[in-house]
Amino acid sequence: MPLLKLDAVSRDFDVSRPWLNRVLEHEPRRTLRAVDGVSFSVEPGETLALVGESGSGKSTVARLIVGLYTPTEGSVRFSGRRMQMIFQDPYASLNPRWRVRDIVAEPIRVLHTKNRVDELLVQVGLSPDDGEKYPHEFSGGQRQRISIARALAGEPDFLVCDEPTSALDVSVQAQILNLMTDLQSRLGLTYLFISHNLAVVSQVADRVGVMYCGRIVELARAVDLFTRPRHPYTRMLLDAVPDLSMSGKPRTPVAGEVPNPLAPPPGCTFHPRCPHANERCRTEVPAVINDVACHAVQEGRI
Amino acid sequence: MILQVEGLKVEFPTRRGALTALDSISFEIAPGEVLGVVGESGAGKSITGLAVIGLLEPPGRIAGGQVRLEGRRIDNLPHEAMRRLRGRKIGVIFQDPLTSLNPLYSIGRQLEETILTHLPMTKAQAKARALALLREVGIPAPEARYANYPHQFSGGMRQRVVIALALAAEPQLLIADEPTTALDVSIQAQVIALLKRLAAERGAAVMLITHDMGVIAETANRVAVMYAGRIVEVGAVRDVIHSPQHPYTVGLMGSIPRIAAKRSRLVQIEGAMPRLNAIPPGCAFNPRCPRQFDRCLVERPNLMAAGTSQAACWLHAPA
Repeated sequence: MPLLKLDAVSRDFDVSRPWLNRVLEHEPRRTLRAVDGVSFSVEPGETLALVGESGSGKSTVARLIVGLYTPTEGSVRFSGRRMQMIFQDPYASLNPRWRVRDIVAEPIRVLHTKNRVDELLVQVGLSPDDGEKYPHEFSGGQRQRISIARALAGEPDFLVCDEPTSALDVSVQAQILNLMTDLQSRLGLTYLFISHNLAVVSQVADRVGVMYCGRIVELARAVDLFTRPRHPYTRMLLDAVPDLSMSGKPRTPVAGEVPNPLAPPPGCTFHPRCPHANERCRTEVPAVINDVACHAVQEGRI
Repeated sequence: MILQVEGLKVEFPTRRGALTALDSISFEIAPGEVLGVVGESGAGKSITGLAVIGLLEPPGRIAGGQVRLEGRRIDNLPHEAMRRLRGRKIGVIFQDPLTSLNPLYSIGRQLEETILTHLPMTKAQAKARALALLREVGIPAPEARYANYPHQFSGGMRQRVVIALALAAEPQLLIADEPTTALDVSIQAQVIALLKRLAAERGAAVMLITHDMGVIAETANRVAVMYAGRIVEVGAVRDVIHSPQHPYTVGLMGSIPRIAAKRSRLVQIEGAMPRLNAIPPGCAFNPRCPRQFDRCLVERPNLMAAGTSQAACWLHAPA
């Protein structure tokens, strides 16, 4: 049985102008569909990654899962014990007036023992003495370790990680990614890992979902996605990643931008940027078939 | 050489004595060349850029060394002369395009004004040049967007406008500080391609400051790797990426995640870069270095030949 199951989840936000403006200027209410019919499940012990550019709806999905937003349509089912979230900015997610010991102990305040906090700090590569310090005494990477220790305090079996390393330097990012991998195998954790960085995702994910304009356009095992991407958007994203090996392999130049979410294009939202788009793509929203939402793939055109 | 920097030293005076933010930085950039300056936060890469263009935030000051543009010393120029030089001879592109654009003026007006300030042109000529620049940086239908304000553009389009502004007076030197960091990957690829093309076509020298080795690999000819206010390795991009010589560069390259079908463990450099007030004696990297030995603890290495590059590391000292 999957640990987490999302079934056709959508979320709308009301972005209408104030009431008086609407009345005076005869404007209708406007809604923005940030997440549109997203379905996937996460199996115990695996890492599912969601990738996409800004505005693709990946962070909204994370917030829907942990219950910070309620879905407008669809359902989120969690059959695990407890879930926790790790955020991008370790500066903003730690109370600067609290000692690290109290920050880490907050979720377990009732049964808080000093030993347990020490154990948690050691588990994330800090020392028990660090508990007496304040967050400003730590570097970005160490602060993210503190966030992880706090997330682990309640013994969750599922962690939602929203861009956990995006604010960190690359050498520190490597430390945190390795730590997360170690904790996963030691504690049997399940991760939902959200990132805009495909290279990071390829290092941590078992399966990857690619999001565009609020929809999942492709969901595949990481091995398959990175060796044989199917959706034209996935191919474009992979082509856009700078080539560190300097192999000079030919690449398709990337064109266009993510459309305005208030006025998404009809049909497949990727069609204005897609080299394979035809009339059908401009009018008909592609359904997700075999984990990819693309008419051209379905028709065998690409 | 368009830009020559020699022994540049930048200090920030504090109550407890001066903090050295940059120490004996030397490099040169030739016409048409892109020099990448890479490093993690706090390495001093942005301060290097700011020192070159004379925009160091006080109390920071240049405490030693020279900066020469086309052979002429510019680090000791008075404020007003430096201001004229920026824009005319040096174009600057910052990470956040909104800080470089005035929200109250249309982009057409900003471009025209920049052109008229620096070049002897009539208003009509300036407008024609502004439109040509917008077309060149890939703004679709520039005539239609001419009267638009910065907030009406997307992030990627704004950065293109900033690039057009930086190029307005045909500068010989272009300094780009994290020009693609605020952009999505697909837009980043477009802006990188644009920068590369412009540098090649115009023969300008480009100093590209970034934390992203991938961007360097795509764009630069040579790269300088910075650590704790010093250049620890410099060489051709291909050499530095494929056979890094300094242990810090080796660790840095290993810690960069790459797209791979199989998950693997990343190389990890233990610890973090020291703060400016706690730079260790000897080589600044010695507490984190897997190959440190006695000499590293006491004596600071300068750049020396290492393979086909140069590295500031005693491992490469001639025996």
